[in-house]
Amino acid sequence: MTDALQVELVAADRVVWSGGATMVIARTVDGDVGILRGHAPVLSALTEAVVEITPEEGTEVIATVDGGFLSVANDRVSILSEHVLLAHEIDLSQAEVELEEARRLLGTNNDAEKRIRRAEARIRAVEKAS
Amino acid sequence: MAVSVRELRARIKSTESMKKITRAMELIAASRIIKAQQRANAAAPYARELTRAVSAVATYSNVDHPLTTEPAAPTRAAVLVVTSDRGLAGSYSSSVLKEAEGLVEKLKAEGKEVDLYVTGRKAEAFYKFRGRSVSQAWTGFSDRPDYDAAKEIGEKLIEVFVEGTEAEKAAAPGVDEVHVVYTRFITMMTQKPTAVRLLPLEVVEGTEAPAEGDVLPLYEFEPSAEAVLDSLLPQYVVSRIWFALLQAAASELAQRQKAMKSATDNADELIKKFTRVANQARQAGITQEISEIVGGVNALADAQAAND
Repeated sequence: MTDALQVELVAADRVVWSGGATMVIARTVDGDVGILRGHAPVLSALTEAVVEITPEEGTEVIATVDGGFLSVANDRVSILSEHVLLAHEIDLSQAEVELEEARRLLGTNNDAEKRIRRAEARIRAVEKAS
Repeated sequence: MAVSVRELRARIKSTESMKKITRAMELIAASRIIKAQQRANAAAPYARELTRAVSAVATYSNVDHPLTTEPAAPTRAAVLVVTSDRGLAGSYSSSVLKEAEGLVEKLKAEGKEVDLYVTGRKAEAFYKFRGRSVSQAWTGFSDRPDYDAAKEIGEKLIEVFVEGTEAEKAAAPGVDEVHVVYTRFITMMTQKPTAVRLLPLEVVEGTEAPAEGDVLPLYEFEPSAEAVLDSLLPQYVVSRIWFALLQAAASELAQRQKAMKSATDNADELIKKFTRVANQARQAGITQEISEIVGGVNALADAQAAND
């Protein structure tokens, strides 16, 4: 064990990323949180948004999550979400189409807001990564 | 000889082509099984972390949640039966259905009405044939389930369950408990149909006894323990269903492989048997022809001798 945070980014059907990191930024339902070493144990609900992980080595890992959880304890960070997409896995044009569609449904469909957030998060993730 | 040589040859040929088919199915099942096992393994970390989080919340807060409260007098139960879409998997579907029938009988004996929810065309056909109504059926993913399917099923089951506790046996047909019947994948050779109760949830408090040494950290909950639990528990339920579907898929493939292997072996046996019978028939034919020729020659010789 080094001095780094042990981060696991887990989707329902796979481990998307895991390794040592110096910082994790995620968006909970209350707002953005940044996790550094020595953070107090916390368990919080995430919203559809971008998650940024600064690994010990290499470039920043940018992904989107569809809700889920962030749990921090003893310098172990787990981010759990049903769907996790890394920035390079995101289809930008598809996200844009999705965003348009969700905006049109706004007010008629309960899921519309969620879908907008999801699509926006995807677009933002691609922009950040590029 | 009752069966002619030509007929036997045709039978051997058809058995041979059948053997090719079963052999191919066996190989396909064998290769898919590895993929199914990998999927099950890949899903394990998620389930592990989720269970950890749930037990953390359960240990450090005394929050009552509709999904964990035991109804005082359960009168209605939902049973989710996980079977395959396709046959040719030995007794796979029928043993799950048998297990499910046993559970339904038991629940009925306890005075509960049973709502059936099924996945897989086999279960759908089974209940349709018997004229029993199925509340909802999901089909088309039995050998490679995806998470969204599990989510759809989970959300439906949670919906009917929560209705049951809130609406107090009003006109809404909510249920008081939810059971799942699926096939557990133990090893390549053994798969066991299993019935478990899914809801109300029995949260195992603390993965290891929290009193000793390695205590679960004292978590802060954001925004609150209730809110975290509210979104955590449904995911936990879905993850359990996802686990059941993955296990069922691996079991289905394992049983299909086994069934197809024995079908192939059987075909081999049949070919051997038919070949023997065919050879015997051919030999008998030849013997008969020779004796006919010999008989004819003798008759000719006798006639010649009589003329002389």
